[in-house]
Amino acid sequence: MKILVTFAEVAAVADNFEIEDGAVADRYLEYDLNEWDEYALEAAVSLREEGIAEEVVTVTIGPERSADTIRMALAKGADRAIRIWGDDLEGDPLEDVSTRAALMAPVVEAEAPTLVLSGVQAADDGYGSTGVSLARTLGWQWGAVVNDFTLDREADSVRVRRELEGGIEELTTLSLPAVLTIQTGINDPRYASLRGLQEAQKQEIDVQTPAELGVGADRLEPRLERGELTEPPSRGDTEYVEGDPPEQATAIAEQLIESGVVQE
Amino acid sequence: MSDVLAVVEHRRGELRDVSLELIEAGADLAAELDGELHVAVIGGNVEAIADRLNRDGVDVIHTIADGAEFNHDVYVQAVRALYETLEPAVVLAPHTVNALDYVPAVAVDLDLPLVTDVIDVEVTEAGLRTTRGLYESKIEATVTVTERPCVVTLRPGEWARAGGVSSVPVEAFEFEIEESAVDSHVEGFEEAGAGDVDVTAADFLIGVGRGIGEEANLSVIEDLAEVTDATIAASRPLVDNGWFDTSRQVGQSGKTVSPDVYLAVGISGAVQHVAGIKGANTIIAVNTDPHAPIFDIADQAIVGDLFEVIPELTDQLR
Ligand SMILES: Cc1cc2nc3c(=O)[nH]c(=O)nc-3n(C[C@H](O)[C@H](O)[C@H](O)COP(=O)(O)OP(=O)(O)OC[C@H]3O[C@@H](n4cnc5c(N)ncnc54)[C@H](O)[C@@H]3O)c2cc1C
Repeated sequence: MKILVTFAEVAAVADNFEIEDGAVADRYLEYDLNEWDEYALEAAVSLREEGIAEEVVTVTIGPERSADTIRMALAKGADRAIRIWGDDLEGDPLEDVSTRAALMAPVVEAEAPTLVLSGVQAADDGYGSTGVSLARTLGWQWGAVVNDFTLDREADSVRVRRELEGGIEELTTLSLPAVLTIQTGINDPRYASLRGLQEAQKQEIDVQTPAELGVGADRLEPRLERGELTEPPSRGDTEYVEGDPPEQATAIAEQLIESGVVQE
Repeated sequence: MSDVLAVVEHRRGELRDVSLELIEAGADLAAELDGELHVAVIGGNVEAIADRLNRDGVDVIHTIADGAEFNHDVYVQAVRALYETLEPAVVLAPHTVNALDYVPAVAVDLDLPLVTDVIDVEVTEAGLRTTRGLYESKIEATVTVTERPCVVTLRPGEWARAGGVSSVPVEAFEFEIEESAVDSHVEGFEEAGAGDVDVTAADFLIGVGRGIGEEANLSVIEDLAEVTDATIAASRPLVDNGWFDTSRQVGQSGKTVSPDVYLAVGISGAVQHVAGIKGANTIIAVNTDPHAPIFDIADQAIVGDLFEVIPELTDQLR
């Protein structure tokens, strides 16, 4: 059995960034593996180590830059990596989650895995919808926000534990093949070893363009337009404490005493 | 095509509060579009739930009594059928775990653009303009849907709950469910255990987050908790690491707390964490990052290094 992991490179803004002309300049952005996808990858690699899966393949939509992140995934145990990119993906087309699903679906069809694992959400844009959109595009079953799962190959099903709000979990059985979106806490993602990183440097990444995947230009017409970026308005009545650490500590102490949770 | 269809959420017989927020937002949007607000409840005791949906701004309530609880295959089919009958301009759902499990599938089936986790929405000439958080809510962006209709999920806690009671027509919506397309089966629920401590009962909670770095550094927080007789709670990553029992996790999937003081130390203030602390009387936050979203909701904001500020605070209170 093969497992495919959708893997996103995400951007975080540095502590001291500025918004210039409605955008964040690239120098303030730091790129990394998406935390939720790391848990998905770990789940896949563990299944291979247990002998339940034979191969783990990752698929990423991302520009050349994302090759570094993809190599991290290879170093953490993925066998092969596919990267989808083309000039026609610059700008707004990827704002639409269904476009991401449309790009990944042909890869999944060609690879024919039994299971696709995605992270619950991407840390940067937080749409939280790629995995389920992909499942539906493929006509497969799916489970969102999964914090545990057990495969039953004989019944051709997977039993998932979905984490709902407020500490309640739902137990559901889904037929295979399926896409699961993986929640953090399901496992303990490993670090990439130095040796793994060195080997990953030598590995080929299979790059495919939308056209090669049969996704035409009309499918990439944006239906969503991202406007200018702004800093969130502050609530206004937040008291910022200036001064050095002892002065800041004094201000907290006074607040604790005033609130009555600490006695003078 | 100017109506709004809002699909509410319920669990174990209870309407979830986000549903009333959805109605509030849906009523405004319907007014802006010059259309009607249709509210749908799928599954469960639909009659009893429909009673609670009888609020100002609602034009029609549709009930679909299929199954006791949420099943994504049933929800997808039901919303699709309703959509085809009502032809609304916008389909609204709350941005919850269950919405994450069916709304994207509805959007794919109907070939509609989807915008999730929206904190503001308005009608403009260019299209429906939504506002959402980026980069863990450190930045906001507008996303305009240039095509109508579309599907939008709303972040819980951003709208007031619709009030008032009116007498809205309740219509049972009939449609033929395709049983062969129901390929997922919910077998039950489990509740996370009681755990080692009840963080919901504490007057003074110190919430510790990933800014603490390593498990060994927790002594900095433990010292303060000992001196002040506070209870320690944690953000999710620390619980995921196994440093704390899940009963100490505060947030959307953890506990909702309402202490007199919540001291958030090295916590960024992700929406799912903040969901659990809105009931705190006073929020004090210590964070090195001046843009950390926790400062947007804090009463007292300390931009600083916890390893300098917290030991100093402990010394002063000792
Ligand atoms: C469906 C779902 C449910 C979730 N449920 C929950 C939930 O119930 N509870 C929850 O907490 N999360 C939950 N999350 C996860 C949430 O999205 C965040 O990932 C998490 O809250 C981040 O935790 P954090 O603030 O501790 O870590 P980070 O976001 O990594 O923040 C660490 C902060 O520490 C600061 N810092 C670093 N060093 C220092 C220093 N020396 N001094 C002071 N500050 C420092 C940094 O500036 C940063 O702001 C959920 C996510 C999903 C998708």
